[in-house]
Amino acid sequence: MAFLHGATKSHSASSKGGSPKKRSLTPYLLLAPGLIWLITFFVIPIFSLASTSTMVRPQGAQIGTYVQELRFANYVDAFLANQEQYVRSFLYAGIATILALAISYPLAYMIAFKAGKYRNILLVLVVAPFFTSFLLRTVAWSQILGDEGPVLSTLRLLPFVDESLRLTATPFAVVSGLTYNFLPFMTLPLYASLERIDPRTLEASGDLYASGFTTFRKVTVPLSMPGVVAGTLLTFIPAAGDYVNAALLGNPSTKMIGNVIESRFFAVVDYPTAAALSFTLMATILILVTLYIRKSGTDELV
Amino acid sequence: MAKTKVSQDTGDLVLNRISKYYGDFCAVDDLSLTIPDGSFFALLGPSGCGKTTTLRMIAGLEEPSAGTISIGDTDITTQKSYRRNVNTVFQNYALFPHLSIFENIAFGLRRRGIKDVKDEVEKALNLVELGHLSERKPTQLSGGQQQRIAVARAIVNRPEVLLLDEPLGALDLKLRRQMQIELKRIQLEVGITFIHVTHDQEEAMTMADTIAVMNQGKIEQMGSATELYEAPKTAFVANFLGQCNLIKVKVQSRSGGKVVVSAKGHTFEIPESRVSSSSDALLLGVRPEKLRLDDNGVNSIKECVVTDRSFVGTSTQYLVRTPWDLELVVFEQNDEGLHDLRVGDKVSLEWDSQHTFGLDGAQDVNAGADLDDDE
Repeated sequence: MAFLHGATKSHSASSKGGSPKKRSLTPYLLLAPGLIWLITFFVIPIFSLASTSTMVRPQGAQIGTYVQELRFANYVDAFLANQEQYVRSFLYAGIATILALAISYPLAYMIAFKAGKYRNILLVLVVAPFFTSFLLRTVAWSQILGDEGPVLSTLRLLPFVDESLRLTATPFAVVSGLTYNFLPFMTLPLYASLERIDPRTLEASGDLYASGFTTFRKVTVPLSMPGVVAGTLLTFIPAAGDYVNAALLGNPSTKMIGNVIESRFFAVVDYPTAAALSFTLMATILILVTLYIRKSGTDELV
Repeated sequence: MAKTKVSQDTGDLVLNRISKYYGDFCAVDDLSLTIPDGSFFALLGPSGCGKTTTLRMIAGLEEPSAGTISIGDTDITTQKSYRRNVNTVFQNYALFPHLSIFENIAFGLRRRGIKDVKDEVEKALNLVELGHLSERKPTQLSGGQQQRIAVARAIVNRPEVLLLDEPLGALDLKLRRQMQIELKRIQLEVGITFIHVTHDQEEAMTMADTIAVMNQGKIEQMGSATELYEAPKTAFVANFLGQCNLIKVKVQSRSGGKVVVSAKGHTFEIPESRVSSSSDALLLGVRPEKLRLDDNGVNSIKECVVTDRSFVGTSTQYLVRTPWDLELVVFEQNDEGLHDLRVGDKVSLEWDSQHTFGLDGAQDVNAGADLDDDE
């Protein structure tokens, strides 16, 4: 019956064409709302922020009055004065990202490969925290970790735990809060990339003499790298700039750069320093992210 | 790490009374099969007949509910898939998208702790004639090329048995024919036992030394392509391999190596050796190309009417209605003997006894018909 093939293949592919001359406005119209939004609330503010960052308060002027003097030394001053908080921000964000990855990977793996009919319920549970406010959840953590809270009272039952142990107002609490708050941002991209893996490639690996663990190491992990990269970025970037967790769960010595910026803006009313710090933070994150994406070399898998 | 021994003298693959149940559903039903070492074997059947499940049990991807599987003297029934020296060419190839073609092929060698893989990989790549693509990624290859890489990736390990799960299903017809010949050549070259699962009867007949036709978890009949085609033992096999005319008949006499049967006043002869049932009710089978539009044979039906005609190049296919309203298919070669009949023309049919076969009459006449091209 092979001779049937190829006999009927001369249909006209070029008969369609419409009117290519007439440019459609539709794409621009579709872009317009987003574009207007972006210009109003991102592009204009960022220029105003950039201009603020090099301003100087004239001698004897009122608080909050600044004039433009293109003083780039603001950046150096701001950075030197807050190095400690900078380093701490990236350290905390880094630890929180690693913890989130360690918690999310098994979870996402389970949902993608083992959950069966419970898959959707589990995904809803991952997203469920978003149903309440970020602030409320962080406040709840200070209750949970508080001196009379369930975690500490359980820990106190253990013989080697000192009575004076505190969990709130510690770096531990801040990192826990960061890890918790950004966990869904890690889990969902991981799930998405794990779920996309063709189970037959895993079977093929087993068929080609790879044990379960080797298959995981050589096939599952490399194929889930796009999810790992996306998840770590979505966790690390907001965590590095976060100030809510440090404010609600930390103490003065756990301040992150977000807290400094916040207090420079609203408490000290030192706009140029706050703006310079914001820009430095953005630039640092941008550089780190670029290096990270280059190094992980997943661009063709994303 | 599992180090699997590669023995050259491997022995036959024996499936001994294996069954596979999924809950209440029986996918493979008490199946026994011996596949000789070095043969090209095809498991042929419609989708859902249990052929892929059987293959997966041989690969170690499923565990049989009952029965044993062994290669030579080694029982591999419960052996993990990564410890078996059996490799699979998966239906959609399942190449590793994150690895280059070279690393895809080297995967199995590396897992077995072989350090110097270069020569072996290159040999395998040359076997499938794709040596120049080793640095590419699988997504940069065409379907046919991916298919060959999947074969190379499996064969490089010198498995005792190579399993092919509908390996050509995703290719277009022309490429499929090319690959059929290619696979046959590779099999002859490496001498490994190939087990090929397919629902395409033409593919099975082209490639395999031995074909087992499966239906509902059981093997209907096993034999060479010629045997299955010329002397099917069941209506399912007759209909599933090619097309077949089956006529319900009653046995009149069995003597002198001949079985005389009748249907609606017509009598026909079947050689006794070609009758596979001792029942009085038989199905008389004759292939469409064995029917002639003449009326001088022993077996003939007069006063038939042409109800349909389609020209398909090398032959013309007629649907011919018998006086008792049974429609028979007739293929006539497009050569000088062509009758060139039109719909409505009166015609007689005749065929030789030696091309006739008799099946048990209790079977469904349509079993296995129109199942082969369901994908």
